[in-house]
Amino acid sequence: MTAGLRQALAAVTWRDLLLAVRLRTDVLTIVFFFAIVVSLFPLGVGADPVLLRALGPGVVWVAALLASMLALGRLFADDFADGTLEQLVLAGEPLPLLALAKVFAHWLATGLPLVLLSPLLGLEFGLDAAGLWVLATSLAIGTPVLSLIGAIGAALTLGVRGGGALTALLVLPLYVPALIFGAGAVVAAGQNMQFGGHLSVLGAMLFAAIALAPWAISAALRIALE
Amino acid sequence: MALNIWKYASPQTFFPLAGRMIPVFTVLAIVFAVVGLYIGFFVAPTDFQQGEVYRIIFIHVPAAWMSMFIYLVMAFWAGVGLTFNTRLSSMMAHALAPTGALMTFIALWTGSLWGKPTWGTWWVWDARLTSELILLFLYVGYMALAAAIDDVRRADKASAVLALVGVVNVPIIYFSVQWWNTLHQGASVNLTRAPSMAASMLTGMLLMALAFWMYSIAVSLLRVRAIIRERERDAAWLQDSA
Repeated sequence: MTAGLRQALAAVTWRDLLLAVRLRTDVLTIVFFFAIVVSLFPLGVGADPVLLRALGPGVVWVAALLASMLALGRLFADDFADGTLEQLVLAGEPLPLLALAKVFAHWLATGLPLVLLSPLLGLEFGLDAAGLWVLATSLAIGTPVLSLIGAIGAALTLGVRGGGALTALLVLPLYVPALIFGAGAVVAAGQNMQFGGHLSVLGAMLFAAIALAPWAISAALRIALE
Repeated sequence: MALNIWKYASPQTFFPLAGRMIPVFTVLAIVFAVVGLYIGFFVAPTDFQQGEVYRIIFIHVPAAWMSMFIYLVMAFWAGVGLTFNTRLSSMMAHALAPTGALMTFIALWTGSLWGKPTWGTWWVWDARLTSELILLFLYVGYMALAAAIDDVRRADKASAVLALVGVVNVPIIYFSVQWWNTLHQGASVNLTRAPSMAASMLTGMLLMALAFWMYSIAVSLLRVRAIIRERERDAAWLQDSA
């Protein structure tokens, strides 16, 4: 890795993080969306502790899926509108790596808060200490996968009619494996079963996504900017 | 005379070829369907476990096969279109998608019609059913993306990237759903039928599979001709032939 590339990656990441801090209402809206969706479920299905404990892992995970999908709107759209994205493509550094840096900054801004908040929301569903820990760990491994896959959908729908709902249609079916193994780990922990296997598969998905998704993202960005 | 297959990579030469092929595949589809249905309804014996209900497999199984196979073919043409920038390949991918979605829908529908009398329920979260449902969502997403982008070339390329991402994900989805299912519920429902299938049942099913195959080809060719007409409407050759 040349010094120039390192510098470019650091600059992209730093810029996006700075933007996230300055436009923090964007990020906070997503975090509160996550909290509200999770909190609605007990109101809808009733407050039976046994039922809530069974539903908890799935509900928190599905809410995280929706929140991370909603967050995709801020990943490329503003940069696409003001021409920053064009400059990134023209920068002469490998676009997949630049895209990876953007997704990384995006995850730090919108994915990590969900991970940190999840144990609190798990308490609403009466998860025990081990369950809360596994929930946060599974989200810590899983939300980057969601951000990486989602970034493909976000790049494909740049400047397209009906962007938000369309992104959901493209991205949510691809989130299924992460949901199954992420929520599955928490359920297994709740039943005192082995959950290491689930987390390992989730980790494998993360590495596969890191290796493959940036290529698809950069192809999609180039198509959008043609 | 050497046959130059690349000649037909151009919409202009493919358009009349497709027009000549459609009647052939239509007739083949009808013949296979008539023979297949005759064997299915009159020759094949009644199943000793399931009774007459099992006969829906003559529709269900071919549709399920085609639903998966068409996605692969669609992704193949989308990939070719993306790599070699050939217009016809992308048109072919778009032409296949609705047929694939239809097959997925038929497979789900007939599956649930079969499930009600056999399992006593319209729907179970069985691994195969779930992955077929997700496949339907993938088809719909592909078509929605292609329809949402006004610029034709961008729509081709963007949906091609999506189709390729889908192809990488389909096996992952399939295996994760399978694992999820075995973790959550015991083997309450087993889709695998008795291994010994009467020869006439198998013949009927294979003939119906061929019929579905021919139908898919005929309909896709018809649709690709419609797409060519739409996209090349200003081309001189099309105005001459029309």
